[in-house]
Amino acid sequence: MNELLAVQNLTVTLPTTRGPVDVVKDVSFTVGRDETVGIVGESGSGKSMTSLAIMGLLPRGAMTKGSIRLDGAELLHRTDREMRRIRGEQASMIFQDPLSSLNPYYTVGLQIEEMYRAHRGGSRKAARKAVVEALRQVGIPEPQERAGHYPHQFSGGQRQRIMIAMALVCSPALLIADEPTTALDVTVQAQILRLLADLQRQTHTGMVFITHDLAVIGSIATRVLVMCEGQQVEYGTAEQVFSAPRHAYTRRLLESIPRITDDLPADEVVL
Amino acid sequence: MSDVLLSARGLTKRFTTRGPYGRRKEFTAVDGVSFDVRPGETLAVVGESGSGKSTSARIVAKLMDPSAGTLEFEGEDVTRATGARLARYRADVQVVFQDPFSSLNPRHTVERILMAPLDYQGIAPTGGRRAHTKELMERVGLNPDHAQRYPAQFSGGQAQRIGIARALAVNPKLVICDEAVSALDVSVQAQVIDLLLRLQRESGFSYLFIAHDLAVVRRMAQRVAVMSNGKIVEQGPCRQVFDAPGDPYTRTLLAAIPRINPEWDRRRRAAAG
Amino acid sequence: MARYLAGRIAGLVLILFTVCLFTYLIFFKLSPDPALLICGKTCTPERVTEIRTVLGIDKPFLTQFWDFLSGLIAGRDYGSGANSVHCPAPCLGYSFQTSQSVWEMVVDRLPVSATVAIGAAVLWLLAGITAGLLSAVKEGTWWDRSVMNLALGGASIPNYVLALALQYVLVVKLRILPFPSSVTFTDDPVLWFQSYLMPWIVLATGYACLYARLTRANVIDTLAENFMRTARSKGLSPVLTMRRHALRPALTPVTTIFGMDFAALLGGALITETVFGLDGVGKMAADSIAKNDQPVIMAVTLLAAFFVVVGNVLVDLLYTGLDPRVRIR
Repeated sequence: MNELLAVQNLTVTLPTTRGPVDVVKDVSFTVGRDETVGIVGESGSGKSMTSLAIMGLLPRGAMTKGSIRLDGAELLHRTDREMRRIRGEQASMIFQDPLSSLNPYYTVGLQIEEMYRAHRGGSRKAARKAVVEALRQVGIPEPQERAGHYPHQFSGGQRQRIMIAMALVCSPALLIADEPTTALDVTVQAQILRLLADLQRQTHTGMVFITHDLAVIGSIATRVLVMCEGQQVEYGTAEQVFSAPRHAYTRRLLESIPRITDDLPADEVVL
Repeated sequence: MSDVLLSARGLTKRFTTRGPYGRRKEFTAVDGVSFDVRPGETLAVVGESGSGKSTSARIVAKLMDPSAGTLEFEGEDVTRATGARLARYRADVQVVFQDPFSSLNPRHTVERILMAPLDYQGIAPTGGRRAHTKELMERVGLNPDHAQRYPAQFSGGQAQRIGIARALAVNPKLVICDEAVSALDVSVQAQVIDLLLRLQRESGFSYLFIAHDLAVVRRMAQRVAVMSNGKIVEQGPCRQVFDAPGDPYTRTLLAAIPRINPEWDRRRRAAAG
Repeated sequence: MARYLAGRIAGLVLILFTVCLFTYLIFFKLSPDPALLICGKTCTPERVTEIRTVLGIDKPFLTQFWDFLSGLIAGRDYGSGANSVHCPAPCLGYSFQTSQSVWEMVVDRLPVSATVAIGAAVLWLLAGITAGLLSAVKEGTWWDRSVMNLALGGASIPNYVLALALQYVLVVKLRILPFPSSVTFTDDPVLWFQSYLMPWIVLATGYACLYARLTRANVIDTLAENFMRTARSKGLSPVLTMRRHALRPALTPVTTIFGMDFAALLGGALITETVFGLDGVGKMAADSIAKNDQPVIMAVTLLAAFFVVVGNVLVDLLYTGLDPRVRIR
């Protein structure tokens, strides 16, 4: 069986002042090794809550139903101690805003090192070596020296590279990327997407890629899950979803993305 | 009247910053930028963060003065305009900002927000405040019954429509859109773009459209100026810049845009009929 | 760095000069004639004139002020000829009441004020930060709510009320503590500790309550930061997550506020020292104000200003060490 992650009938309920609300309703999908599954949706669609549920990082008071299996092992309803061993070691996560996702008070080297040592133990020296190697792998020049720098001393793209280095330092089987390129410029976005694809080829990490940008999904994912207001409206291979969408919402979403390759604009507008 | 509405020549903006220990650093955000906006057309200025596109927009909006260069509006030098001339310029040139919620006063009703530009100009709206508000709201596709509501009671897309209606309240000749659709969800973004295009068709004003998203620009503009490090690296008709970019930076920028397989797109369109 | 320091020190001197000038001006314009005060009951007009000449207060304002400043830096002589008294630098003059050198009085009393301030600071940091931390971690529980209500109440009790209440309960009723007296540590450590305990508690209470609320707010803000989510997603232990990732960002602003509060306290805790009869700078200030003892008032004002201004510079320097984002690159 080549299945790495299997999410089945996942429902997430959050307590609010107006009573419990289902932010994720009955969502099912699988991620194979070496595969990238894109979850796409607009704000409030529940795509981020799905990823937090996999990591066991839902806000306090959240309730879950269904099943999330990673490598055959159930992740829901685990103790925090058990989940801590999984986080970072088997499943890692990167976030939208790399600057605020890194602690401004510590060097990037230390922030990667502490993660390595939390899971692998060992000497600081060994951990440092792994840190430098991880930074080199994501294309940070002079990694030995740069490990001693603070997050604010890096550019936006470099910070996201550092987050990726951190996420992959323990060679997890699954990487969840939650809008990793949304805050970045388009040229930097292209570099990060290429880096993720290259790393995936080398490390055979399964990836869940969450974004609101269909064009990004189209360029990176093999399978796509479309979410709207907590519900799964469409799920299939990228080709299926983009060339023959079944659901009206997906069709509307696809029609609303402005395309650079369109041949309609200027003349039609002038009238 | 000339065939140029707004003409910027050699706009330059230098900032002096102070480091933590009082060390002075100077950097040039906008460096000798020149462009023309013609009546009724849309000129887009694109670039990545730090390219100087928003600073340029702020200079044109007269929210800051340039360190060097001139700004002409309808053939008249407005670079150092003050008093009545500046007030007139402010009526002719309106701005729509990126974040509608932070650019609309949360304690004012929609009516008060929409009438503020008129009050500033000392113009009494024809047909009364209520009727004018209603008309503006209808033009941007908002329910005119909601004139007494506050910005927080609207969604992001609706709030941006209020921002657009406010810009239209004084019949401007130029509307500056500073990343006006960047913060919106893609389906809402498409609607707001359609609205902006329709309003221009109806009223014939010009847009100075600042954006980082080239696909949006392609949909909105006839001409485009690509900025990088404070300079315009390439400028021309959209078709020419997008299809045959002359500058290496423009080519990198275009190549970086994620694309959906055009074959998938074609099949989807074919199936949709 | 050197240029920055030089700039800050120049600013410091300028502020102290301004404080001197205004304090001096107020006394020059408003206070009754010090010569009459010193002269006492059996006073003749000749004697008053003589005293004025010795003190130099018959001269115009700017000359007087100049004498004061140069005395501060280089020392000065009062009177002339055989009767003159030399006042070595830093000369703050002589008390009108006791004729003691004001500088010696300050040097004498500063240790008492410092003891009060240091002891209280240790207490309020321990109590305030611990309470604030626990409240933040247990946000919304009954523990949090009761501690925060207590802190609000504690911060609003005036010092003198708390001082008198404590004295009444601990000294008069329960007789656990002796009445405070100015003993030195080397004379009798136990009595020393007992004497200072109440002032410490009184002074620490208000600060502890403020610091508890401040710490709680900062920790809660920090816990909501994105980097805390990252720390959790890395599988770090809760202890490490809290100790390394939450505490340093949360407590850095507390450190800077502490620096200022502590510096202000070194200038004397007026009410507390007076109530407990401790001979510190604060009590000296209270006494001198009551008796219109101009040189002493000048001295305590300057001292307080000096500590606050120096404290400010130190806090800024400390901050550049604590927060890497404001370091010089």
